[in-house]
Amino acid sequence: MDVLKKVPVKEQDAKVRAANFQEVCLGYNKEEAMEEATRCINCKNAQCIKGCPVSINIPGFIEKVKEGKIEEAYQIISESSALPAVCGRVCPQESQCEGKCIRGIKGEALSIGKLERFVADYARENGIRPQGAEKKNGKKVAVIGSGPSGLTCAGDLAKLGYEVTIFEALHEPGGVLVYGIPEFRLPKSAVVAKEIENVKALGVKIETNVVVGKSVTIDELLEEEGFDAVYIGSGAGLPKFMGIPGEQANGVFSANEYLTRSNLMKAFDENSNTPIMRGKKVAVVGGGNVAMDAARTALRLGAEVHVVYRRSEEELPARVEEVHHAKEEGIIFNLLTNPTEILEDEKGWVKGIRCIKMELGEPDASGRRRPVEIPGSEFDMEVDTVIMSLGTSPNPLISSTTKGLEVNKRKCIVADEEFGKTPKEGVYAGGDAVTGAATVILAMGAGRAGARGIHEYLQNK
Amino acid sequence: MYKILEAKELAANIFYMVVEAKRVAKACKPGQFVIVRAAEDSERIPLTICDYDAEKGTVTIVFQIVGAGTLMMSGLKAGDAFHDFVGPLGCPSEFVEEDLETLKNKKLLFVAGGVGTAPVYPQVKWLHEHGIEADVIVGAKTKDLLILEEEMKAVAGNLYVTTDDGSYGRSGMVTQTITDLVEEGKHYDVCVAIGPMIMMKFVCKLTKELEIPTVVSLNPIMVDGTGMCGACRVTIDGEVKFACVDGPEFDGHKVNFDEAMQRQQIYKTAEGRAYLAAKEGATHHGGCGNCGN
Repeated sequence: MDVLKKVPVKEQDAKVRAANFQEVCLGYNKEEAMEEATRCINCKNAQCIKGCPVSINIPGFIEKVKEGKIEEAYQIISESSALPAVCGRVCPQESQCEGKCIRGIKGEALSIGKLERFVADYARENGIRPQGAEKKNGKKVAVIGSGPSGLTCAGDLAKLGYEVTIFEALHEPGGVLVYGIPEFRLPKSAVVAKEIENVKALGVKIETNVVVGKSVTIDELLEEEGFDAVYIGSGAGLPKFMGIPGEQANGVFSANEYLTRSNLMKAFDENSNTPIMRGKKVAVVGGGNVAMDAARTALRLGAEVHVVYRRSEEELPARVEEVHHAKEEGIIFNLLTNPTEILEDEKGWVKGIRCIKMELGEPDASGRRRPVEIPGSEFDMEVDTVIMSLGTSPNPLISSTTKGLEVNKRKCIVADEEFGKTPKEGVYAGGDAVTGAATVILAMGAGRAGARGIHEYLQNK
Repeated sequence: MYKILEAKELAANIFYMVVEAKRVAKACKPGQFVIVRAAEDSERIPLTICDYDAEKGTVTIVFQIVGAGTLMMSGLKAGDAFHDFVGPLGCPSEFVEEDLETLKNKKLLFVAGGVGTAPVYPQVKWLHEHGIEADVIVGAKTKDLLILEEEMKAVAGNLYVTTDDGSYGRSGMVTQTITDLVEEGKHYDVCVAIGPMIMMKFVCKLTKELEIPTVVSLNPIMVDGTGMCGACRVTIDGEVKFACVDGPEFDGHKVNFDEAMQRQQIYKTAEGRAYLAAKEGATHHGGCGNCGN
């Protein structure tokens, strides 16, 4: 064994998986996990814990894996994370826990994400569940949104004895875990649904089909329905469009629509009652994880797929692993390229996309080099489908219907970072609703902070 | 699950159901809609609300069979249940927020086409309950397809019924009746038109000439109905709006109808059109953007 390298993880072959929706990464088995765990040098002042937004006791659980005591490893992870099977799969570990791993200085970091995933999968397959509160404390908390942030907050509060109800606008709980991240990265019924079952097993109630701001307001929950506190984890689900000519043509979709149809409504399955456009040649505009998800979905639906991104490969905001997977599967990257117009035929269907070449100029406020158009470099690409993946912002529905909440200029709800406290008494918020679109694990960290804030508030009330 | 308390066929392929949905019923206002899923694997289908009763916790929907989803729904009976029933969605009609005294001084005209009669009903009823009697034109293709006539009569000021083939009431399209009423000396301050997209387009063309401000309720393709996907985007006065959160009601004189009708066709394949023709036959009311009706 080469201690400088990760124990490799099995994956579906690129050619095979490009034509199916089954999970790409197959995960470690027990032997492989135990072997990888021996690479951990059990640092005293473990940097990896600092890199984890929910501060999992990483050397602690890895020590148990090393000994083959997987159930004990699971209980250690559960102290900090409600969704380990999810996080082990979708966290950008390279910039979090694994980014800080001492092993990474010389050679490859420890495969913390894959080990967490193994432990969580093992626990699920062997019926091991997190432990709930022994006694209820009689206080009620409402959680708005059943994404990673809301689920974490609800789980933590339930463990502390609160009676928690989550209100979810869609017909299924999970937020971006069910409508956004595709099956081939995060299996829905096998993984997500089971983790949500674990949260319910802690005593959390989930009421679906409730659009807070329309079906009921936060003020009504506090004043009429007897909730003592509210946590807002409603996410950032409002898609952006470019505002270029032709964007209303048939065949232009937001990544949210395309992925919701495929993931939540199962439109990838030919027998689904929800249709999806199966294009022959698809352009995905954008370079984030959502763009990779949309591109790889379109590929699996049979299309030739181009990712059109205005900066260069170095600036791609998507995870390195996702870009790598996308390339392996045959996604074509058109970098330093920006659309200026969607071309439509006489019946209003997309027939192409007009682009302009870009070059990188001086760094902008975000520190990234600003892309600048190269005059006269326009060219047309023939495509029949365009998926806009330009990012999302928080939906104003909740902030506009709740007295006393504040939003900043990016429409994000204003809340403090440490406890998620908003200016409105008893109302806490976190996740993408506060930060704008970020990561699953940051949303979970915020949910955890919100639970701490609410506990502090209600204990002293 | 959302229990169906009453289910009946109002006219050929047009169904009426009273559904138990306490939260929706309590929060509901005229002009809003719901999204339903009949079964666990069903598509999400937006439907306008026909009536609601906050005390009983019920919401009434009316829908027409236009495809596989609504065909499946039409098979549900009293005692069955919808798997999902979410709402109320969208913004309430503007008049709900308006000052009642100002509103009482306005002459209002409602124009309903086909199944569009159902969403017009709660608006006219709300006005009636607040002491305002609005004139209503209801258009149907033939007498057999006329729905909610008695209910509408009970809440409308003057009710004018027109059928395309003249089999009942006045004869011709709703636009003919609007023209006739204005020529007879009627004056209207506001017109609200709800029906197939093509009907709303032609009503707007006419009311623009007649200088009657007109509100329409758009029915684009929707998925979530909460503003997270933009499937329902429409262009209003050159600006992109999401019908599910910014609407569904808009200033009819600012709507880009041609684009909206074109966007309704995204998932209409050749087979789908054939299915519609076979299933609906002569009852197809247009609005599909394909048939020219």
